[in-house]
Amino acid sequence: MATAAKKAPQRAKSDSKPKSPPRTPALADFSKEQELAAYDAMLLIRRFEEKAGQLYGMGFIGGFCHLYIGQEAVVTGMQMALKEGDQIITGYRDHGHMLATGMSPRGVMAELTGRRGGYSHGKGGSMHMFSKEKNFYGGHGIVGAQVPLGTGLAFANRYRGNDNVSVVYFGDGAANQGQVYESFNMASLWKLPVVYVIENNRYAMGTAVSRSSAETDFSHRGLSFRIPGIQVDGMDVRAVKAAADLATEWCRSGEGPIILEMQTYRYRGHSMSDPAKYRSKDEVQKMRSEHDPIEQVKTRLVEKKWASEDDLKAMDKKVRDIVADAADFAQSDAEPDASELWTDVVH
Amino acid sequence: MSRRTMIEAIRDAMDVEMGRDDNVVVFGEDVGYFGGVFRCTAGLQAKYGRDRCFDTPISELGIVGTAIGMAAYGLRPCVEVQFADYVYPAYDQIVSEAARLRYRSAGEFTCPIVIRMPTGGGIFGGQTHSQSPEALFTHVSGLKVVVPSNPYDAKGLLIAAIEDPDPVIFLEPKRLYNGPFDGHHERPVTPWSKHRLGEVPDGHYAIPLGQAAVRREGSAVTVLAYGTMTHVAEAAAEDTGIDAEVIDLRTLLPLDLDTVRKSVEKTGRCVVVHEATLTSGFGAELAALVQEHCFFHLEAPVRRIAGWDTPYPHAQEWDYFPGPERVGRALRETVEV
Repeated sequence: MATAAKKAPQRAKSDSKPKSPPRTPALADFSKEQELAAYDAMLLIRRFEEKAGQLYGMGFIGGFCHLYIGQEAVVTGMQMALKEGDQIITGYRDHGHMLATGMSPRGVMAELTGRRGGYSHGKGGSMHMFSKEKNFYGGHGIVGAQVPLGTGLAFANRYRGNDNVSVVYFGDGAANQGQVYESFNMASLWKLPVVYVIENNRYAMGTAVSRSSAETDFSHRGLSFRIPGIQVDGMDVRAVKAAADLATEWCRSGEGPIILEMQTYRYRGHSMSDPAKYRSKDEVQKMRSEHDPIEQVKTRLVEKKWASEDDLKAMDKKVRDIVADAADFAQSDAEPDASELWTDVVH
Repeated sequence: MSRRTMIEAIRDAMDVEMGRDDNVVVFGEDVGYFGGVFRCTAGLQAKYGRDRCFDTPISELGIVGTAIGMAAYGLRPCVEVQFADYVYPAYDQIVSEAARLRYRSAGEFTCPIVIRMPTGGGIFGGQTHSQSPEALFTHVSGLKVVVPSNPYDAKGLLIAAIEDPDPVIFLEPKRLYNGPFDGHHERPVTPWSKHRLGEVPDGHYAIPLGQAAVRREGSAVTVLAYGTMTHVAEAAAEDTGIDAEVIDLRTLLPLDLDTVRKSVEKTGRCVVVHEATLTSGFGAELAALVQEHCFFHLEAPVRRIAGWDTPYPHAQEWDYFPGPERVGRALRETVEV
């Protein structure tokens, strides 16, 4: 029983002079390896989500399915700054986050189709998946509910005296939930190592930010809790990575929480049944053609001659094969046995 | 071994567990420096430090949500909600996160948290400091619900709750903190030091969740009760001279149906008692279970004696509270059928 904590908890430094508030970092170019890795990671999410949309349309995926297409640079850039043991927790638009942590596309897709080989054996579905191995703490279907949990993860980091950071993703819609501010207060009061990543994709389901939020600059949402925040171009994976480096360094040095407002955009509807009447087709098209996170990297790869058209085609084929394999698995894997209704329950 | 109040017994349970396991942390509103509004955590911060016993903002949803995150990572948070009446803001986290983590991660993550809260009336707290919300939790699959009725049980059950791998709602009848209140509010309070169950062993012992206790053996009628009502039921049996068997359920989930069934099969009659409001209360579940499992042994309808379906009143507390007179009347009517 007596499983002692590894080392005595450390209190954050409270009397030392705080650092000056962070500002949006300057954009640093990626190396060739970084560009290729980012391209590969984002392409996997894009193709995976396109396939998920198809499977949904074909009736293989039931219920809810929230696609991440357009927002790929956010999780990709964040993940590039993390180190072993850092925890990730997010809301319901979670497929991209899982793939970014390295969770298996088969396991994620099979959970979408509700099969045995899904991460939660078909018990969770699109919004509820976990991986201890990848430090992924879900996948939460209640808007904003993951924010206190992620704050608790950060508390556990400090309590254990490790050097890890908890990364808590939520959207512009969730940012109006009360429990977010209860979490902000505690995280700042206790100087917890947590990065709050607000993925501002401009719409909470069908409600534009301007119609739901009195303060639309989400980097300011922590001001009255003394939590610094910065706005980041969430469509540029380099900007995300630079901000993530800054934020994780801030947390690891004991300065407490920080907010990153990722200005991003989702191309698809909120979920699969979305009348899309709340924005114009032109608006979506303009984002796709001028700011697409994957095209930005692709353009640089070609301009710098770091990848030929053939190289890119080969990468695309490799990703498509992975996704096709995941989709095949998710359609052919067995459905859970009826006896599974009564497993993993509390008696 | 010494006589202790329920407050001291509860504090002792947390003390024992914090001493045995560094993963146990205790927090809540005024829990650290102040020692808890009912003093249940007094001295723990001095003994274990501010990292293990600490104050939180007044943010029930945030407190419980943060605890769930800690638990997912391997800590064992034991949090206090200052009054059960304050738990409603945290209901979202309890229902949607704590109760569901094991299932929706297919067992990869569990949520070993205890949420302690003072429950019930008897102290003129009015409608926001007197409620008994146990049925809101027994209705949720994924939770365990415990209601101790005395210091000995409170310590052993709380230790079992803290060591349990799943979320436990631990309701402490606040009217019992200092003595075995039996509903005779006009009489002087008996302290726990004069009661057999105020005898609390030192050190570690656990009472397994899911085991009821027979408080009074009898053959005429079974009374199913928990918390304060076990003492009221015993008083009603003494007052009326009816040979009632009083069962203290101790944990509502998991429920010790075996003990219930054996008793009702013996007596053929059953009265269910709780302080919470009647409609959709836990008594409805008990009555249904008794009907399902003991139908052919029953010689009278199963009766429910509960709080009225009204807000908990202030001035008329003793008209609301299902005291020994009301319970006694139900016993009499049930044995006369």
